[in-house]
Amino acid sequence: MTSALLVSFAMTLAMAATPILLASLGELVAEKAGVLNLGVEGMMLIGAVTGFAAATLTGSAYLGCLAAILGGLAASLVFAGLTLGLSSNQVATGLALTIFGVGASSLIGAPFVGKTVARIGPLFPAALAEHPLLRVVFGYDLLVYGALALAAAVGWFLKHTRPGLILRAVGESDTSAHSIGYSVLAVRTAAVAFGGGMAGLAGAYFSLELTPMWADRLTAGRGWIALALVVFASWRPGRLVAGAYLFGAVMTLELHAKAAGFGLLPPEILAMLPYLATIAVLTLISVRPGRVSAAAPACLGKSFSPA
Amino acid sequence: MASIITRRTLLAGAAGAAALPLAGPGASAQAPLGIGFIYVGPTGDYGWTHAHDVGRKAIEAEFGPKVKTSFVENVAEGPDAERVLRQLASGGNKLIFATSFGFMNPTVRVARALPNTWFEHATGYQRAANVATYNARFYEGRAVCGTIAGHMSKTGTAGYIASFPIPEVVMGISAFTLAARKINPNFKTKVLWVSTWYDPAKEADAAKALIDQGCDILTQHTDSPAPLQAAEQRGLFGFGQASDMKTYAPKAQLTSIVDDWAPYYIRRTKMALDGTWKSTDTWDGLKEGAVRMAPYGDAVPENVRREADLVKDQIIAGTLHPLTGPIKDQKGELRVKDGETMSDEALSKMDWYPEGVQS
Amino acid sequence: MPLLRLERRREPSRAMQYATPLLAVALTVMAGTVVFGLMGYDGLGAVRQIFVAPLADPQRWPELLVKASPLVLIAIGLSIGFRANVWNIGGEGQYLAGAVAGTAVALATWTREGAWILPVMGLAGILGGMAWAAIPAFLRTRFGVSEILTSLMLTYVAVQGLFFLVRGPWRDPDGFNFPQTRMFNAAQTLPAVSEGSLVHLGIPIAVLVACLAWIVLERTIAGYEVKVVGLAPAAARHGGFSERRTIWLTLLAGGGLAGLAGILEAAGPFGQLTPQFPAGYGYTAIVVAFLGRLHPVGILLAGLVLAVTYVGGELAQTAIGLPQAATGMFQAMLLFFLLATDVLIRFRIVPVRVARARAAA
Repeated sequence: MTSALLVSFAMTLAMAATPILLASLGELVAEKAGVLNLGVEGMMLIGAVTGFAAATLTGSAYLGCLAAILGGLAASLVFAGLTLGLSSNQVATGLALTIFGVGASSLIGAPFVGKTVARIGPLFPAALAEHPLLRVVFGYDLLVYGALALAAAVGWFLKHTRPGLILRAVGESDTSAHSIGYSVLAVRTAAVAFGGGMAGLAGAYFSLELTPMWADRLTAGRGWIALALVVFASWRPGRLVAGAYLFGAVMTLELHAKAAGFGLLPPEILAMLPYLATIAVLTLISVRPGRVSAAAPACLGKSFSPA
Repeated sequence: MASIITRRTLLAGAAGAAALPLAGPGASAQAPLGIGFIYVGPTGDYGWTHAHDVGRKAIEAEFGPKVKTSFVENVAEGPDAERVLRQLASGGNKLIFATSFGFMNPTVRVARALPNTWFEHATGYQRAANVATYNARFYEGRAVCGTIAGHMSKTGTAGYIASFPIPEVVMGISAFTLAARKINPNFKTKVLWVSTWYDPAKEADAAKALIDQGCDILTQHTDSPAPLQAAEQRGLFGFGQASDMKTYAPKAQLTSIVDDWAPYYIRRTKMALDGTWKSTDTWDGLKEGAVRMAPYGDAVPENVRREADLVKDQIIAGTLHPLTGPIKDQKGELRVKDGETMSDEALSKMDWYPEGVQS
Repeated sequence: MPLLRLERRREPSRAMQYATPLLAVALTVMAGTVVFGLMGYDGLGAVRQIFVAPLADPQRWPELLVKASPLVLIAIGLSIGFRANVWNIGGEGQYLAGAVAGTAVALATWTREGAWILPVMGLAGILGGMAWAAIPAFLRTRFGVSEILTSLMLTYVAVQGLFFLVRGPWRDPDGFNFPQTRMFNAAQTLPAVSEGSLVHLGIPIAVLVACLAWIVLERTIAGYEVKVVGLAPAAARHGGFSERRTIWLTLLAGGGLAGLAGILEAAGPFGQLTPQFPAGYGYTAIVVAFLGRLHPVGILLAGLVLAVTYVGGELAQTAIGLPQAATGMFQAMLLFFLLATDVLIRFRIVPVRVARARAAA
């Protein structure tokens, strides 16, 4: 590969990884608090469409991102109200949220099909990104850096802050967290809301940067990959970054290899790999239950009612 | 989704014999003619289904109160389609358009049970007295694009983002490449199979990969404008698909192959209204307006426009067939002799690529 | 200060178990009328099209049955696990695995005729679904891996596996490269219950399975074991019930029934495998299982309700131009309300004053 090719490859990879990283970071926080929200795809679609709508109406991609966060957050609060407020089943509620998101985004988006919007665009001035090697570092939009910064922030938050500790405690043992006097439901609601906002932002990355447009089902199933990635990363933000970039690399490499004239594997087999790898990782961390933080949060997916 | 198969000539004779005008109630002046559409995707896909829905609206605009159209979107190809077709028929629709290849078996089955309803199946090959088929010669448009690409590509390499190697896609790749090689005999087409009709992010990444591999002009047989957007971002050129995609890529789009079902839909509706509808097999192209070329982009120089127009005019006049020999395949074997053209039957089974295609 | 609060019931309310699905439907109808009205559609008309029109027209009834039968079969299988707190959400994958296994038999015998072929296909379907469900069962019982995550991941693997087969090795050699298998022959196709009817053999099978499941769950030790393990795992251990055995049994039952549904759908309405075969029935079946309160008879009715909304959604598109997406929202609302009213089974709503008084007493 020539250096120009490498630069372009690296950039495609980073941009493919970013929305998955954003969505899975949000889901990671929710799962760390013990909530399994399978509605990521639905929240991403709602974020994608609200972001696009807001950006076309205001002319600002950043305001679009903000609207996307709010859209995803609003959708997640429906989920929170049901699963936490009324202790409904999380799996069923998450699936319903996805059905809802697909429908709602299509209805909201109908007037915006065929419209265009300016991309979020590179963060740094073009002069800084002129040299190819500098472009790999300075050539991206805000969200690529933002996702990485957020991953670091989430890692630090979970590990080194008191609220982070409480959040993990709530996910590991809701009853004891409750008996010490923490509000399990408040913590979980906040975690779910964070997950919703991040999923919304991830959706906006599609409609405002990768493919600046709105069309039905624009995210084409990336939300499910984000869900798998959280497990693949065994609930650790650092591994999440590695996992998202690894996923981006494999997908980008597949296309590059085929464009260069040789296929790696049948595309269907390649598409299975992330999920097979996730099952393998899950099994491995369960076989060697070393540190507690390496395994699934103990209360994941279980309802909690304080009474 | 936008799947196409054609075996028209194999069955055309048999079907033609059976195709007699149906004695039906027709449409009286008072009651509007019910026309139903069944779509495989959402009307908001800005691709295949969107184009058919534009055609449906054209019927409404043309005939006003004389017709009443309705549609069911996002219908899965399979048992759901059969149910929807039956519903459309029992809901008072006299003429029903089934707009995807995968609706073929359901359409034929339902039509057998409902001999007084007229069915039109897009891109299929099974006909009956009350089942007509129709399709468009998109490959003619591909030849026009190929001509432009042959002139405008500096690297002499085009990137082609493709879904599945069905004959419709294969003939498009072939027509494009053959036309470009007439201009530039060393022209190459790199085909990248993405195994999907619709996944904008993946289509965009495929476009970037092709550009990185030295392609400086892009075309696609998938549904979204994403590849064109990628070309625009990199300052390169490409062709739109299914509709005029200039809003998405004002600089990059050189032209676009526009699916225009309106002429056919209006023609068939008129026949249904007049009571002259009968089962036919239609494969319209540039000549009939089923395939149109969007206005050339600003980047296309005057001489290239003339060349492209010439190809278009010759195809319309019937003096040029995009798949005319000598055509050698990728192994260098002569598949179509000098001066011969590929028959519709051969096209509809095509599973090989001409020289210059890298897939 | 809230005026009402939730108070846990000593026992789940039986009355509410029956009342809440009806309440959810009623709330959906009301909310749907308002929401569609606000969107500029005839709200009441939309609701009538979606909920009433398919039931009002006897012509639609066979279609409802055809649509409902795979949902019911899968949902019954999943519900057995849900009762025991085994969260198999990979019904879709097991459904596909069953269809693939049965199709393998069909493709191997496509030149043959004989009454034995269809039963063998059915058996292969059941085994295929079971094999797919055995993976989460093994990983859960051997390594303690959550079956929620593994069964979900395996669904994607199954979808891609099916794509690989129909686009590659199983592609119809006479099919012009179209990604689909050959059509099954007459001996491999599910017969209709009566000549010319849409109602195929899979429908009586689904009803039969529902009855059998009812008997097994309510009247046998195995059914009791499932219930006890789900409700009171500690008590189950004391009673000598093995959680491990329950996990295996419920996952195999769920996988087997989903696999059966898969091959019935492939050999019935489809008559072949195509890339459109994965239609999300396995996910919808989760909804059906909950809507039916994890009870076989309830699931039978719930499957029909879901089928009504699908068919009605199509009618609403043609009758009043309601977009398909609106039907999706309608279904989501139905589920949201159902899940929301669920709370009434375990809790009662009491005014805060009363609750305080009781607490003081």
